[in-house]
Amino acid sequence: MAELSSLFHGFAVVLSPFNLMLMMIGIVLGVLIGVLPGLGGANGVAILLPLTFSMPPTSAIILLSCIYWGALFGGAITSVLFNIPGEPWSVATTFDGYPMAQQGRAGEALTASFTSSFVGAFFAVLMITFLAPLVAKFALKFGPPEFFAVYLLTFCSFVGMGKGSPMKILASMMLGFALAAVGMDTVTGQLRLTFGMHDLMRGFDFLIAVIGLFGIGEILLSMEEGLKFSGSTARINTRIVIETWKKLPKYWLTSIRSTLIGCWMGITPGGATPASFMSYGIAKKMSPNGERFGKGEIEGVIAPETAAHAAGTSALLPMLALGIPGSPTAAVLLGGLLIWGLQPGPLLFVEKPDFVWGLIASMYLGNIAGLIVVLTSVPLFASILRVPFAIIAPVIIAICAIGAYTVHNAMLDVWFMLGFGVIGYVFKKLDYPLAPLVLAVVLGDRAEDSFRQSMLLSQGTLTILWSNWLVGSITSLALLLLLWPLIARLLQWLKNMAGGSSTAPARGTPEHR
Amino acid sequence: MNSETIDPGSEHGIQNWVIETIVAIGLFVLGAVVAYNSWLLGAGWRDDGPGAGYFPFYIGLLICVSSALVGFGAIRRAGRDGKVFVTYEQLRRVLTVLLPTLGFVIGVQLVGIYVGSILFIAVFMVWVGKYHWAKSLGIAFAVMAVAFLMFEMWFKVPLFKGAFNPLRFLGY
Repeated sequence: MAELSSLFHGFAVVLSPFNLMLMMIGIVLGVLIGVLPGLGGANGVAILLPLTFSMPPTSAIILLSCIYWGALFGGAITSVLFNIPGEPWSVATTFDGYPMAQQGRAGEALTASFTSSFVGAFFAVLMITFLAPLVAKFALKFGPPEFFAVYLLTFCSFVGMGKGSPMKILASMMLGFALAAVGMDTVTGQLRLTFGMHDLMRGFDFLIAVIGLFGIGEILLSMEEGLKFSGSTARINTRIVIETWKKLPKYWLTSIRSTLIGCWMGITPGGATPASFMSYGIAKKMSPNGERFGKGEIEGVIAPETAAHAAGTSALLPMLALGIPGSPTAAVLLGGLLIWGLQPGPLLFVEKPDFVWGLIASMYLGNIAGLIVVLTSVPLFASILRVPFAIIAPVIIAICAIGAYTVHNAMLDVWFMLGFGVIGYVFKKLDYPLAPLVLAVVLGDRAEDSFRQSMLLSQGTLTILWSNWLVGSITSLALLLLLWPLIARLLQWLKNMAGGSSTAPARGTPEHR
Repeated sequence: MNSETIDPGSEHGIQNWVIETIVAIGLFVLGAVVAYNSWLLGAGWRDDGPGAGYFPFYIGLLICVSSALVGFGAIRRAGRDGKVFVTYEQLRRVLTVLLPTLGFVIGVQLVGIYVGSILFIAVFMVWVGKYHWAKSLGIAFAVMAVAFLMFEMWFKVPLFKGAFNPLRFLGY
């Protein structure tokens, strides 16, 4: 059990007063970010990233990952009390959480959602503890073709598992790759796609894209509805918490199922949002109370929240073990690693055990601290939403501008942020998913590097992607996922031919993060 | 597909397919530019390996293909689904945020983040929220004072002071 001793070493790293303080600050800030519209996990962490440049990396990642946990918890508060999802992954929580609040069971709904969030996250962390080192050890044998195959798998799975139009997913993703290509080419030193603009030599920083797409874009979207916050009040006291906790064990099957869905969707870059919808849908189908879903069923809160947290947490597994983030927020954290001078990838476990195990230990403690903070301070955070939008909106926009500027101390980035904000608004309305775009901007250069290195090894033939069983099976799986929308359509067509009916399959609205 | 009739309940606004088509055309042009530029840089094989444009060339092509398919789909459905991208009322609300934000960024360029943000928050509160100007200015000032303490003093991260730098007297 080498993992356990490493983990205890990690706890020793985390349990310093400074790190514990950062953890609490992170959780509180995170819940705040989760509650406010326009500030979410990804852009909240992106904005605060420059403030951590001078910190030791371990403390910095503890602060930022705790903001992430806080944001995951915080999203549920607004969903239940105001019927406004503070985060996209808590949309499914509104379906049953808000009806419960209207029936005066807000405390019960919140306790259930926080507790199941905790359960989902806890099992995901357990999985990371034991699985991540194994994956990393395995990945140490990877060469450029294997890495490119994994990148390919990551991006193809967006197409195969996304719910929207595959062409839009592809377009959005390729736009990300194109943005990543702007600037100096790392291999030849040539300038690419800069059109003579000196400032573009640096390229587009994905942090700017995240702040614009998710921050400004979100504000524009919320403004469109003419946001008026009107919601129920929440009282959580010990009695309600304990009574709810007594009810929860009954739903163990839902919890386990949602955790599994969440972990799977988190490791493959499905992300927390689709995970929560999928888990809600499956719970509705499988539960004996299925027909009461949507009217205030506690199981309808447990299912999406467990899955969202399990997914949000396990998105860090591929980031730690392979250097490939499973969600935009994990991507921002990965950007942080690069800035702090750490090289993400399988070697991280060998070279920086303090950092890795400190982070994993802080996930355990951070989630416990998060549960306590949200259970005790819901009324406080709910009162923030009573601040009118006319004050919140400009303050958030100003914070986004500060965040965008501080990344490189460049005013041009603030303009880019505004541009990305408009793109984010239009793309969201047209159902172009944003997550593949962001991940492509982050991973574009490295995917390209591994591709070029593979091509150098093979002198330009693509057969290197099938040169051994490992890389061959990853590549084949990737292509299968890429072509899955076509295959699914073909199967549907064959079925219709056989059945003689010609109803077009209904598509849900996609929502990625 | 039996949607010849436009939903009578839909409000007036910009049709969805119009924006869909415009975005697709925009992406197609962008993809073409990326591919063309990469071609110029050298999208082929060189003596020492793949050229600088090798990878982005195909990215550009893929943008063209995918956006063309999205665009054709949108034009084929043109006007038949009656879906509205944004109603004029919604557009007005969005512009009440977007236009001040544009002004804000121009303002930041001139007078810096601190003064620009104070003006932006105060003007926004007076204009959109109908607050008294004194209250608006007070809140705006308080928020940016906190930001100043946090960035300039505690974390030593200097923010943009603008072309005219009105805060020169503070010595930061």
